[in-house]
Amino acid sequence: MKRILTSSVALAVLAATHAFAQRKATIENVPEISFTSAPNFLKLPPGEYLGESVAVATNSKGHIFVFHRSANTRLFEFDRGGEFLKEIGSGYYGFEFSHSVRVDKDDNIWTVDEGTNMVTKFSPDGKVLMVLGRRPPAVVGAQAFPAGPNVPAEKYIFCRPTDVGWDPQGNIFVSDGYCNNRVVKYDKNGRFLAQAGSEKAGKALGEFNLPHGLQVDAQGNVWVADRTNNRYQVLDNNLKPMREITNLGVGWTLCISPGPHQYAFLSNSNPNGNMPGTWDITGEIYKAELDGTVIGKFGHPGKVVPGFQVVHMMDCRNPNEIVVGEIESWRVQKLILQPTTARAGAAR
Amino acid sequence: MKRMIQALLAATAIAGVPAIAQREAPEIRFDSVPNALQLPAGLYLGEVGGVATNSRGDIFVYTRTGHPTISIGTARPFAHGGSRLFQFDRNGKFVREIGKDSYGFMYAAQVRVDPSDNIWVVDEMTNMVIKFDPQGRVALLLGRKAENVTVPARPRAGGGPGQPTDLFDRPTDVAWDAAGNIFVADGLGNARIAKFDKDGKFLNSWGKKGTAPGEFADVSSIAVDGQGNVYAADGGNQRIQVFDNNGNFKTAFTNVGNAQALCMTKGSNQVLYVSNSNPPNDIDRDGEIYKMRLDGTMTGKFGRAGKLLKEFGTVNAIDCASENTLYVGEIGNLRVQKLILH
Repeated sequence: MKRILTSSVALAVLAATHAFAQRKATIENVPEISFTSAPNFLKLPPGEYLGESVAVATNSKGHIFVFHRSANTRLFEFDRGGEFLKEIGSGYYGFEFSHSVRVDKDDNIWTVDEGTNMVTKFSPDGKVLMVLGRRPPAVVGAQAFPAGPNVPAEKYIFCRPTDVGWDPQGNIFVSDGYCNNRVVKYDKNGRFLAQAGSEKAGKALGEFNLPHGLQVDAQGNVWVADRTNNRYQVLDNNLKPMREITNLGVGWTLCISPGPHQYAFLSNSNPNGNMPGTWDITGEIYKAELDGTVIGKFGHPGKVVPGFQVVHMMDCRNPNEIVVGEIESWRVQKLILQPTTARAGAAR
Repeated sequence: MKRMIQALLAATAIAGVPAIAQREAPEIRFDSVPNALQLPAGLYLGEVGGVATNSRGDIFVYTRTGHPTISIGTARPFAHGGSRLFQFDRNGKFVREIGKDSYGFMYAAQVRVDPSDNIWVVDEMTNMVIKFDPQGRVALLLGRKAENVTVPARPRAGGGPGQPTDLFDRPTDVAWDAAGNIFVADGLGNARIAKFDKDGKFLNSWGKKGTAPGEFADVSSIAVDGQGNVYAADGGNQRIQVFDNNGNFKTAFTNVGNAQALCMTKGSNQVLYVSNSNPPNDIDRDGEIYKMRLDGTMTGKFGRAGKLLKEFGTVNAIDCASENTLYVGEIGNLRVQKLILH
């Protein structure tokens, strides 16, 4: 009997490892936050379409930027009412396969492209101000998908980077990414300062296995969605690990709201490739205090609005109006949340 | 003394700086003109292979704009696209695009303008040198693009055979002597210089992979002086080599670091600019540009690697039609800077 138990435990572990992407959050008794999805939120001109809408951000005027995987990766700007304004970076060298867009405090627009391995800072009017990383040179020809161990991480070269953030001093933080497993810190002029993690995936604090989203809070602490490790990590400003959050399912992406009282929004996104039952246990977004106290959750997987179909990025400039970009439904939703009162219904 | 050397070595090791003696030359004060080129909305520079000016001061930029395409559903995989040639006026206002969708544009290596204002483009992936007349019509072609590509790309054999033919393997630059003979730096695949007459007839070539005089790690840039001597940037060997008009080795300047981009002024008192370009994966070393006399004496230096104005990200091209107004094309920062030297 003991042997049977052992082997079924081993099986369960194997199954859990295998099904990492449909992990149920272990937190319990989290109150539901009711919300509505603004109907027909983004209005596209005739003949224009969104592709996989993996990245979304707003600026101080409420304009919405969507960095999406169309036939070519493209960056669209909409006004606060969802009317299309313009395209930025059409045909640009650093666009091939979008992953993140974020807007800094001066309304510069930063794109993270995991096809070109480039992070680009655009001015508010769409001029290139700075680039980090380098696109692999085309002159070496078409490359087979890389296999084998990751090449050693370099200070100024990324490997499928995923996200970017800044501390109040303007230092730049990049999560890098699918084939490196690290977070890199640069000064505001793009000079390398420090890194946590390396090209190798790891489970210890300060190590990562697919750092997939990144935000920096007002104290300069760096929050990382450590996706394949099913957790979030919080690092200090020098990238020393402080703590981890392990009870919210897969750490797919996160957003930290601005202002004097900051909230973290943390998404246990339903995975690409759903097995039966997956929709019942994943897909929700948590709202938490920065000390980790979870104050509510909202949302479920679904193809139809207001369902979520693999939430890939959230904007939370207004913590009661969350703009979410989804991979599989090629759309952006604006969610109007019922405001929470601080600490009410706190769950651990 | 010994202790001092040890301390110096230790400091060098800590800073991660290569143990090369600092090249002594006075600093040249300079400024970078902000927004030197004004691109229309929706047009972006990629990595800048080349920048050059004509006699009117018009600026030509040959840039890797990205997205080279390989077709599928075809008898063989064909490739096209990836680089564009833009023209700006002397004030940096966009004028036009030349060679849009050209068969020969894939991976910008260099652009140069000859004394008759013809525009010469060197492409490192189609292995072609294309001469456009001032109106933008194709006037002369050197080399030939491979008909198809191999998918996935085969590892390179090692290159550098110095093949004595009129076909190229990753050429990087072009220059002319007073008689109009054409010199092609060929380049990164071959490691040689090829000479053609003014009508494109192949005459001879010299050099192969190696470190001996007359051999190259690679040839990334060339310039020809008023006497017809040929200066070749051999950055992998940390030197510039000088040859006579027929390729006989004359001398080498060995104090120039990773010589990647050359420019020589015209007129009677010619000077040479050379960039000790930082590698694309590191902005914490190198990056400065040197000014030299043609005897190899350094007369000044300026700049360093970085991302701000007055800093450089892997300089691949310098235009010096005017000795104190330079245009610099960068790989790392996707831009052209206009520099005023004081």
